[in-house]
Amino acid sequence: MNRYPWWKYAILAIAVVVGLLYTLPNFFGEAPAVQVSSAKATLKVDADLVPRVEQALKDAAVEADFVQLDGTSVRARFGDTDTQIKAKDAIAQALNPDPADPSYIVALNLLSRSPAWLSSLHALPMYLGLDLRGGVHFLMQVDMKAALTRRAEALTGDLRTLLRDKGVRHAGIVRAGNSIEIRVRDAATLAAARTALAELPDLEWSEAADGDATKLVGNIKPEAARLVQDQALKQNIVTLHNRINELGVAEPVIQQQGADRVVVQLPGVQDTAKAKDIIGRTATLELRLVDDSPEGLAAAAGTAPVPFGAERYVERGGQPLIVKRQVILTGENLTDAQAGFSGDTQEPVVNLTVDAKGARIMRDTSRENIKKRMAILLFEKGKGEVITAPVIQSELGARFQISGRMTTAEANDTALLLRAGSLAAPMEIIEERTIGPSLGAENIAKGFNSVIWGFAAIALFMCVYYMLFGVFSTLALAVNLLLLMALLSMLQATLTLPGIAAIALTLGMAIDANVLINERVREELRAGAAPQAAIHTGYERAWATILDSNITTLIAGVALLAFGSGPVRGFAVVHCLGILTSMFSAVLFSRGLVNLWYGRQKKLKAVSIGTVWRPGAAKPAAQA
Amino acid sequence: MEFFRIKRDIPFMRHALVFNIISFATFAAAVFFLVTRGLHLSIEFTGGNVLEVEYARAAEVDKVRTSVEALGFGEVQVQNFGTSRDVLIRLPLREGTAQAEVVGRVFGALCAAESGTVQQREGVSDEGESISRQVCEAAGAEPVQLKRSEFVGPQVGKELAVDGATALGFVIVGIMIYLAFRFEWKFAVAAIVANLHDVIIILGFFAFFQWEFSLSVLAAVLAVLGYSVNESVVIFDRIREAFRRYRKMDSAQTIDHAITSTISRTIITHGSTQMMVLSMLLFGGPTLHYFALALTIGICFGIYSSVFVAAAIAMWLGVKREDLVRAAPKGDPDDPNAGAVV
Repeated sequence: MNRYPWWKYAILAIAVVVGLLYTLPNFFGEAPAVQVSSAKATLKVDADLVPRVEQALKDAAVEADFVQLDGTSVRARFGDTDTQIKAKDAIAQALNPDPADPSYIVALNLLSRSPAWLSSLHALPMYLGLDLRGGVHFLMQVDMKAALTRRAEALTGDLRTLLRDKGVRHAGIVRAGNSIEIRVRDAATLAAARTALAELPDLEWSEAADGDATKLVGNIKPEAARLVQDQALKQNIVTLHNRINELGVAEPVIQQQGADRVVVQLPGVQDTAKAKDIIGRTATLELRLVDDSPEGLAAAAGTAPVPFGAERYVERGGQPLIVKRQVILTGENLTDAQAGFSGDTQEPVVNLTVDAKGARIMRDTSRENIKKRMAILLFEKGKGEVITAPVIQSELGARFQISGRMTTAEANDTALLLRAGSLAAPMEIIEERTIGPSLGAENIAKGFNSVIWGFAAIALFMCVYYMLFGVFSTLALAVNLLLLMALLSMLQATLTLPGIAAIALTLGMAIDANVLINERVREELRAGAAPQAAIHTGYERAWATILDSNITTLIAGVALLAFGSGPVRGFAVVHCLGILTSMFSAVLFSRGLVNLWYGRQKKLKAVSIGTVWRPGAAKPAAQA
Repeated sequence: MEFFRIKRDIPFMRHALVFNIISFATFAAAVFFLVTRGLHLSIEFTGGNVLEVEYARAAEVDKVRTSVEALGFGEVQVQNFGTSRDVLIRLPLREGTAQAEVVGRVFGALCAAESGTVQQREGVSDEGESISRQVCEAAGAEPVQLKRSEFVGPQVGKELAVDGATALGFVIVGIMIYLAFRFEWKFAVAAIVANLHDVIIILGFFAFFQWEFSLSVLAAVLAVLGYSVNESVVIFDRIREAFRRYRKMDSAQTIDHAITSTISRTIITHGSTQMMVLSMLLFGGPTLHYFALALTIGICFGIYSSVFVAAAIAMWLGVKREDLVRAAPKGDPDDPNAGAVV
């Protein structure tokens, strides 16, 4: 009765082999490596780069374990850190002839030391969380209200152009919060406006009486608003990618979390100040015209109110400036920005390139506004500042430059911000965590020790108390640990310190199933059952209980997974997976071992499960 | 080896009233401390800043406190963390300060107090990973080192608190539905009451000793909830089985029998789990300390509540043979008392 068909043993064997295979990469450790990725949005890293890197290494007589394309970067692994640093310099020199304007980012990195055949099976080491490897974590909230306001402002501009083109004579367009109001005086204009407005599908209109005129109020449709927010988030993520590339971090994580949040994790970076300088500079960029009319100048001087349709901002030097509300271009239209020197005066300049749409708008605007000033505004946390307000000297096209009143460093700064693209909506850091590298290593050691010593204590106790059955239980528990690690490596779930705690706890709880089984078998023996029958009923009866208790634990685990965040999530993932693997190993695997050992013995007299004590009996009935 | 040489069923239910009074008293005390003292919530829930710094030699906590207080960030908590060289600094949220800069300013002040200057240093770790960090340098040495920092904004904290409460609610409802479906509503109620009482007692301990209640402690509490319910499930399983097998026993006797026959398993299992938790408590360091502590309390009271409380409540609720056996009126083939069916 205690026999498994061959295929059940086969399944168990396969599970253990697969488990071993996928756990294996975790034992190889990591080797120094160099990672080459693109520094420019226009430059794509592809397979052509591999021979160039190989050539560079060959020229410098540096030997790499391998050079390969991995997603959007080329990675080369080395034997030791000295070679790694030599290689980094060699590659950087070969790929970036001009160090001031690098085309590629060459960064130091770590790669798994596991052999290539394992990697080709997608057997990768577990992905360690920041608390185990050190680094910076930011959670950023995107200001969606600002994104909508900006969209409304842009739509207001579009409307003006549209109504002018169609010759609709309205009595004024204003933006009020996120809605746009158009005043019309007569019914004919109203009808004309209505037809014209149908061309802007993002807005829905309602009419209201406003004195003797009619007011048309346009609101952004909910689906359009959702699209705006979605795009704002996506653009912010892309922008963050670009900015973080400038930092040269090896494996940054930039992910959306929820509807309006972005997680940024930078392993290896300890310097929050520098990281924040670049990513935390939650800036958005706008190009607008300066109001240099007499009213505008008076308002700037503080002697008159700010004219209608304009706003007052402060220039970087402290000078107030009156800037028109209408936005000519935003950071979206900007494709490139580089610091450089002007051909004739040799003073620092910033060269800008805009996309086709931007170029058209720039041409029109600049033609109409020669000798007037154009302000570049940088919005940080809702507050705008005029970076610079150069005078438009001539008609501008897709490429133009800003010059004057800049140091080289300032030009570089401005270019960096412009180049990295601007954010579609401002962001604010709402959570920040830094973990030093030594702390990460300490955490790994602590977690590892907890698991190992706990496991050893349980194993010792089980073997002493339940003899051979205890050995089976211990082996089953070891398989549980193996499968759990394999599963975590396969899924590439992030392992954190709470995750390691969950491994320990899950093992501690998993032994429950084996205790239940062993106690049941003992009980059956105590009641006088034959050994084979006792094993059979013991497993059978315990199964229902094991299922029940695991399901209740799983309910708690799933709740944690669904509602938890951060450390709790790391705990919950491991906990839930651990419950699943423990059901397999504690019931099927340990049964397999027992069957293999005892199943063939037809006349089994005794089983080695420790003392089976019977009330009233002078000596134990069955013993090892 | 056999620890449990029990000759006949232990009459647990005879003393049910006493156990329930003890439970109620501990429960009342826990609620009292929760109300009067409140939980010492970590900054994950309240929002704020935490810095962990390591000094080259034993840290002077008072000096650290003075130099941080001088920055005027409000009520500052400074304490040793793990060893005498590690110091943990907690700062509350404060309106009007640029929160994201707090860590930098505090570290700057600590560094200045050691007459050092903060510098940026780029380097390569021993493994070959590039590292850039801020270093406090004083006469070529590094008197103080920033090991970890954390900033949580107010909106995140509030969300976490709400999510935690939701998770707790979900677990309770989920387990009750499962138990009601698997057993009977009386058991579901009994199990949840018994185990919520564990949860409240764990919280009561955290309130009384003012231990820090963090997200990982919350995870521990919820894990314990699932774990001790499973304890009650094992006993209920046995009660059902005993109801089917032994028709002569009344409810109290049946429950006694069920508890007695599972007590060895209860204690061995919990002992094993506790060994693991103890190992975390010993080797896990300060980060896992409260996590392991919450589990320890949960495991100890988990035994108590499943053995003495859950079954007793089920008994008070008037659990009867008919409640459980009705589901399978044709009986169990193992039933020795099965007689003729009319």
